[in-house]
Amino acid sequence: MGRTFAEYVLGRAAGHPVSANEVVTVEPDFCMSHDNTGPISRTFKRIGVKRVWDPNRLVVILDHGVPAPSSDHAINHKEAREFMRGQGAPHFYDVTSGGGVCHQKFCEEGFALPGQVVIGSDSHTCTYGAFGTFAAGIGRTEMAAAWATGAIWLKVPESFRIDVSGELRDGVSAKDFILKVMGDVRSDGADYMSVEFHGEGISAMSVAERMTLCNLGIEMGAKNAVCKPDRKVFDFIRGREKSSDWEALWADPDAEYARALSYDLSGITPGVARPHTVDNYAPVESARGVRIDQAFIGTCTNGRLEDLRDAARILKGRRAAVRTIVIPASWEVYRAAMRDGTLDVLIDAGCVVCNPGCGPCLGAHMGTLAPGETCISTANRNFKGRMGDKESFIYLASPLTVAASALRGEISDPREVM
Amino acid sequence: MRIRGKVWKYGDDVNTDVIFAGKYTYTIKDRAEMARYALEDLDPEFARSASPGDIIVAGRNWGCGSSREQAAICLKERGIGAIIARSFARIHYRNCLNEGLPIIISSEIQDLVKSGDEVEVDFEGGEITAAGVTIKFPPYPEFVQGLVNDGGLVPHVKKTLGLT
Repeated sequence: MGRTFAEYVLGRAAGHPVSANEVVTVEPDFCMSHDNTGPISRTFKRIGVKRVWDPNRLVVILDHGVPAPSSDHAINHKEAREFMRGQGAPHFYDVTSGGGVCHQKFCEEGFALPGQVVIGSDSHTCTYGAFGTFAAGIGRTEMAAAWATGAIWLKVPESFRIDVSGELRDGVSAKDFILKVMGDVRSDGADYMSVEFHGEGISAMSVAERMTLCNLGIEMGAKNAVCKPDRKVFDFIRGREKSSDWEALWADPDAEYARALSYDLSGITPGVARPHTVDNYAPVESARGVRIDQAFIGTCTNGRLEDLRDAARILKGRRAAVRTIVIPASWEVYRAAMRDGTLDVLIDAGCVVCNPGCGPCLGAHMGTLAPGETCISTANRNFKGRMGDKESFIYLASPLTVAASALRGEISDPREVM
Repeated sequence: MRIRGKVWKYGDDVNTDVIFAGKYTYTIKDRAEMARYALEDLDPEFARSASPGDIIVAGRNWGCGSSREQAAICLKERGIGAIIARSFARIHYRNCLNEGLPIIISSEIQDLVKSGDEVEVDFEGGEITAAGVTIKFPPYPEFVQGLVNDGGLVPHVKKTLGLT
């Protein structure tokens, strides 16, 4: 019988063939952490080891509150900075124009590589599956232990195959597709599983779109989510890759799956996740007319150049009716959107463009909500209180739908304003 | 180990944002202080009134969402003796074990108890007693049991590395 992606990659890392439900101990290729590096470094010290197992495998990218919105955040950044310097660990992305949202930067910097194993102390680490990486989120203590030992135990997950055919129609994007999948699979439908996206519908997508899909893997409970690495991925990583020890691996056609679904992209329409869960899916028409106070375009889910261009396509020559916050996912994205005029279009439309970072996604700063307010956002979570106040409401949608809603001041179908 | 405590009962898909809000993740560093905000956006009464040894009984997918470890720490620091749920989200499951917070997967107790009821858990025997009914629960996998026996991941790693 054939093997799944997870079985191949974890077998490669373990040095012997493995099967689903086996527990393996592997050495991660890279360990990603962000602002939580401060607390992780404190736990690392508690363990009592002086040096991390391999300083070249640590990747630390400050993004959750940048520049520091409070002295507590600043202390945290300082700890991370001093720790990385003290360990002689080179891959530190500070609050500079070389930074950005950790998951975006991690990929741009060529740390997300096919066939490698990455652990990250952030649940959206699964995003790197867009590059054919086995990438899973873990907690802080677990990261401290991995730094100390160079090892982590992982149960080889069972796999969930999602076959995707057809092409998205104009006005519909990868975000609409994955929100629909979320509504079908629900928040624990892929619990502990490796979600594999297969088919021509995925091959036709850009790397950015695949990142959006894999990013939402955790929202269905998945351990990781992955697309087949192909020429688009190889072209992206060429000249960026931080390791040469990668290998394009993919599932066998006769691999065994615990669960399978199939979709035709041509049948997908714009959708939203209604408050307060990501799987509370509805077609956009059923939320049409809901008054909004704020629109937010950005994050590791949808803050890439393609996303900002989608928003600009809607807002060009028009004016947003509500406050609209735009946060490019990295400075590389920021500069590209500046050069091609996208930022000008958005600023002309009244958008507030902030520096790259997580921004208001987790309620830290740069656009938190007041009680009773409603925001439509391109992010990945709409949990109660997520963007600041527990009496506020978050709808999740594509950049096109968020921009269309910003334009009208109420949730709107982008196909009506294109 | 045997614990006896009062039940705090919750439903399905309780996410880590409502267990420990994101706005506190970089402002509260003291573990004991984290306990004051436990479940703030789900049940404000919990942080005020929970007693040491109390037991959370929940539905499916307890702890979904963010990987924030404070969601496990705030419950442990609040003195929670165990969490019994139909299922746990993967990262939170690991975080609880790494913090030495006992978790039990069981689908039978939810229909037997309501908030405020007394429940007893016998970890060695793998038994939960509630409303005069005894329910068996499966032991942890062997590699997890080692972690639990050592009191969490930090002591476990120290022991493994010969640092204790």
